[in-house]
Amino acid sequence: MMNWHFDNDRPIYTQIIESMKLFIVSGELKPGDKVPPVRELAAEAEVNPNTMQRALSDLERDGLLYTNRTSGRFVTENVDVIEAMKLEIARKSIAAFLTSMEKIGYSRAEIPQLLKNFKLGDEASE
Amino acid sequence: MNDTVMCCTDLTKSYGKKPALKGVNLSLKRGRIVGLLGPNGSGKTTLIKIATGLLRPNSGEVTIDGNPVGKASKAAVSYLPDCVSLPDWMKISELINFYAGFFKDFSTEKAHRMLTSLGLDENQRFKTLSKGNKEKVQLILAMSREAQLYLLDEPLGGVDPATRDYILNTIISNYSENAAVVISTHLIADVEKILDEVYFIKDGEIVLNDMVDNIRDVRGRSVDALFREEFRC
Repeated sequence: MMNWHFDNDRPIYTQIIESMKLFIVSGELKPGDKVPPVRELAAEAEVNPNTMQRALSDLERDGLLYTNRTSGRFVTENVDVIEAMKLEIARKSIAAFLTSMEKIGYSRAEIPQLLKNFKLGDEASE
Repeated sequence: MNDTVMCCTDLTKSYGKKPALKGVNLSLKRGRIVGLLGPNGSGKTTLIKIATGLLRPNSGEVTIDGNPVGKASKAAVSYLPDCVSLPDWMKISELINFYAGFFKDFSTEKAHRMLTSLGLDENQRFKTLSKGNKEKVQLILAMSREAQLYLLDEPLGGVDPATRDYILNTIISNYSENAAVVISTHLIADVEKILDEVYFIKDGEIVLNDMVDNIRDVRGRSVDALFREEFRC
């Protein structure tokens, strides 16, 4: 059972693609894993089956999933493709992080030091 | 088989002097789940009842798979009314037989399977069920048909969140690319993720028709938010 979450202000289609990419990168779906049928995934995510179908086709086109004519749809076994996607997601997260840091007045140069000294759990006391 | 499963042309209907539909045009494609969204009294139920043949329009036309409303269209349409319309003294098992006798496309096996997954005792009489279970049984009966068009009038009226999830799940898992499903409701946040397309209906007129993801993409907000804006009191 995967954990689906959807924002209200963006197309569901885009968000299904993002979620699926996260499931693959985080290993919830492993290379070579069988992807559940569209209808099952749609029911689990509580989304329209056509939208789910469209999103999976897109992931297939991008090489993250592939279809075996007789046995269904699978996660790619090409680890390079998954690594590349991981980097892409990381870059987007970094960009979002930098934008919010700059918004509150930190310069690019100050951020590495801040990151270096940061320990998880310190948030509240600082 | 037509690509368009239901088509309404210039449909009008008045109750006495009060107009309920003022020239509705609508075209539903197979394989889509469509939301008919509007506040109370906007004409949703009237439109659905005309499509089922329960009401006659004053003017205009409805066709189902190319046929006018009549015997052929009724065989192709599965209708979930907004209120209980079943002989409620019957046991669930008797209702299943009742439906199976009425509709050629009714799958008894499918109905049993869905009822078993719900954990309902088929020997129970319909009138002794809770409101939520009544809604579920009615939906199961409607969805157990192999219809071309499912007209679901307020399938989520007054049920708890768990029942709501069950109902939405049932609609998704019965999806067929040969059939269209129409869900009439004003509980938009609950259904918008399972819809392909929406029609907004206001005072008997269609004021908007678009794909859900297109609305979110172009306007950057949910159908629910758009609806609240459109129908602000």
